[in-house]
Parts: sequence; structure tokens; C-alpha cells
Amino acid sequence: MIETVQDFFRTLAETHPKWNFIFFHDPSQWERVISGFYVTLQLSVVCVILSVVIGIIGAWAQGSPSRIIRWVVQGYIQFFRNTPPLIQLLFFYFALGQFTPTVTGPDGWTEQPIISNIGWAIISLSFFAGAFNVEIFRSGIEAVPNSTLEAAESLGFTRAQTYANVTFPLALRVSLPALNNNLINLVKTTTQAIAIAVPELLYEMVSIWNDYASAQNAAMTVLFFTYIALVGILAFGMNRWEARLHVPGFGKTS
Amino acid sequence: MDIMKGEVICIIGPSGSGKSTLIRCINALNDVQSGSITLEGYNVHDPRLNKLELRRKVGMVFQQYNLFPHKTALENVMMAPLKVLREPRAEVETRARALIRKVRLEGKEDAYPGELSGGQQQRVAIARSLAMNPNVMLFDEVTAALDPETVKEVLLTIKELAADGMTCILVTHEMGFAREVADHIYFTDKGVIVEHGAPETFFANASDPRTRKFLGQIL
Repeated sequence: MIETVQDFFRTLAETHPKWNFIFFHDPSQWERVISGFYVTLQLSVVCVILSVVIGIIGAWAQGSPSRIIRWVVQGYIQFFRNTPPLIQLLFFYFALGQFTPTVTGPDGWTEQPIISNIGWAIISLSFFAGAFNVEIFRSGIEAVPNSTLEAAESLGFTRAQTYANVTFPLALRVSLPALNNNLINLVKTTTQAIAIAVPELLYEMVSIWNDYASAQNAAMTVLFFTYIALVGILAFGMNRWEARLHVPGFGKTS
Repeated sequence: MDIMKGEVICIIGPSGSGKSTLIRCINALNDVQSGSITLEGYNVHDPRLNKLELRRKVGMVFQQYNLFPHKTALENVMMAPLKVLREPRAEVETRARALIRKVRLEGKEDAYPGELSGGQQQRVAIARSLAMNPNVMLFDEVTAALDPETVKEVLLTIKELAADGMTCILVTHEMGFAREVADHIYFTDKGVIVEHGAPETFFANASDPRTRKFLGQIL
């Protein structure tokens, strides 16, 4: 089966030299694609989760009675929302990376930073998307009617109980469509990690076509389809979640 | 103003006269600026008051129902006893189902607020407050947002509650209802209680000119 596929693409490369899907007939190139895809998947999943956590904590902190905490959150949002994510990535890796402590590597003599380039990419991208998520959750929280919260208050709910049982579940339903958009953007933005040499899918694909110029068209095609599939799965999951949380008479009418 | 256990009190008056503020103060939703309120030993005007404890004793029903839109009718009724009183689920559910029957909404247990009419939502809201076993129920213009037909079903529920001996304080514009169920009627204007009395005397021969003017406009 695999050999038939490999033969097909080998013949295709011979008859159409500009369409050399080299990774489909050369196992060592296939391994590069798979390892790149795995890193992209890892970056995406970890950043999506971390950015949502940052969003929830940030939105909650924005309602804090302490003015200093609110200022810190505002400053964070303004910085990360108003500067390009690529510059943030470079800044984290090259500027902050210099000041992190190093440890001796497994070979016993090289000095390695404790935060790798993948680590910096995760931190940088999570904070970038997290800044938007704070604003998304905040708008959801603000959409919860005061009178509903007052009803919870009148029943003897504490502030934390009101937040957990009323504010958050309702705010989440309002926030989901915007959150969906932002997370889709985040998954696509992970490709910028190529700038600090994180071996994710784009990095591996570019490496392959640098080695084999005939694979350029093929690599780009595969990149497009892979991201369409990846984002498609995320969007499908988010839409399913949205549908599952939908309650009659709240939010969109159906 | 003194209210005895089991009494039904109606507060009437023109809008902006402080009726809602008065009953919202009883539940500590508004702060007491001056004066004092004592409810079963709680000093409501005391800034150190344990508001959460007070609110377990005082049920409140609002003009706009304010149900939790993401919970079914039954869940709305069960939520506070489960989360606030931390009572066992089975017990709470039995009580909640009984309360839903009491407000005549059997069969609507699993409906979301968005699927219920205004009158039905308001009755769920009443059941939700009753689930906390309060000693006093406050009703803040609970029929003002309803159409005349559904007003009746809500008033009937309140009437049954009053007949059961629940202490009720109502802000209302339903004069006929006030006359029928209230033990005592208070009339407020510009933030002060102008006049009060038993319904028969209050409606028949109000003494204050402001009361007479108000009654003359609406009756």
C-alpha cells in the first residue's frame, strides 16, 4: 500500500519536475514533515490552553478592587495587543533569553538556556493571544445583566459563588464566537516561531524545499491543506461546544 | 413601620417615591443611609451586618424575574439550596419539585426560562426564593412586566403563600389585590411614608391629600 503511494509520487516527480512531493516517497523527508507537524500540534495545543487560562485570570483580575492590579492587566493588554507578535517573539527569545540562567547540557560541556526556543515561543504566543482573550472574556462578563447577578446576590451567593455559577457560565456563552476567531488566529500565528528556529511544520517544509528546490510547490500545497485541516478541526470543535452550551432564549435565537 | 410575623404588607405610591428602595434595603441590596431596620434580631442598617446570613432569611422576587437563563426551571430552584446552604441533592430536588407543583408548573421542570412565559418565569422565581425557606418574602413590583392575564396567575400564587402564613412585603400597583390580601397598606411619597392603615379604612377614607390625589388618579 505505502509502496504504491511512494511509486505514484516518484513517477509524478519524474513526469512533472515542479511537483516533487518528495516527503511522500522519501521516508527520511517524511520523518521531517511528521516531526514538524508534531511540534506545530504541540505549540498549538499548549498555546490555546495557556492563552485561555491567561484570558480567564486576566478578565477576573480586571474586576479586582485593587487599582494597581487593574493597571497591570491594562498595561499587559496594551503592550501585547498593540505590538506585532513577530517582534514579541524576537524580543522574548533574543532579549529576555540572554538573561535566563543556563544549565550544563547532557554532553557535560555546552551551556544551554533553561528555556528553549520552543519554550519562548509558547510563552510569547500564549501571552499574545491571552491579551486578546482577556478582552474577549471581559466583554462577555460585561454582557451579563446586573439584575441577574443581583438575583444571585439576593439568594445569599457569595461573590465567588456568583462568579462561578452565574457570571462565568453566561459570559462564556457570549464570548465563544470571538474566542473561536482568536484561537484560529493563534494556531496560524504559531508559524512565526520559524523566526527563532522552532522546528515546527513551516520550518521543516522550508528546510525541505531549500534542500530540494523541486519540492517547493508540493511543500506549499501540503502546508495549505495541513493548516486548513488543523484550523478546521479546531473550528469544528469550538462550534460543537458552542452548540452544546446553547440554551433557549439566551444569545442567538434559533 | 412594624411588621408582624405572618402579615401581608403592601407598599404603594407614585414612581420614584422610594417603595423599591425601601424593600431593597430590607434585603441589604441597597445600603441604609439613615434610620434603622431590624429583622428577627438582625440590624440591617449595621455596616458590619452579615449580609449573606440575612439574605438566607429574606426571599426576594424582582420585577424582571431575573432567572438564571442557563439553568432549567428545576435547576433554578435547586441552585441556591445546593450552593449556598450545601444541602444534599436528593433532599433539595424533592423540595424543589414540590415547590414547582406549588406554583402550578408541573411538567415545566426541564424548561429553560427562555421557553416560559413571563408569568411562568415569575412563578419559577417565587419558587426559587421559597426554596431557601425564607422567613420573609419581598415582592418588588412582580406583576409590573406582565400582561393582565398572567398577572392573575402570579397574584394567585402570592395569595396562596399569604394564606399559608408567610410574611410578605409587596410593592405593587395592583390596588384591587392590595385591598384583598393586605393586612396593612403603606403609602409613600418623596421618600417618606405619608400614611398607612388597614385596607378598608385606607381606601375608603384616606386622610392625607397626597394619598387622596394618588388614589384618585389610579382608581
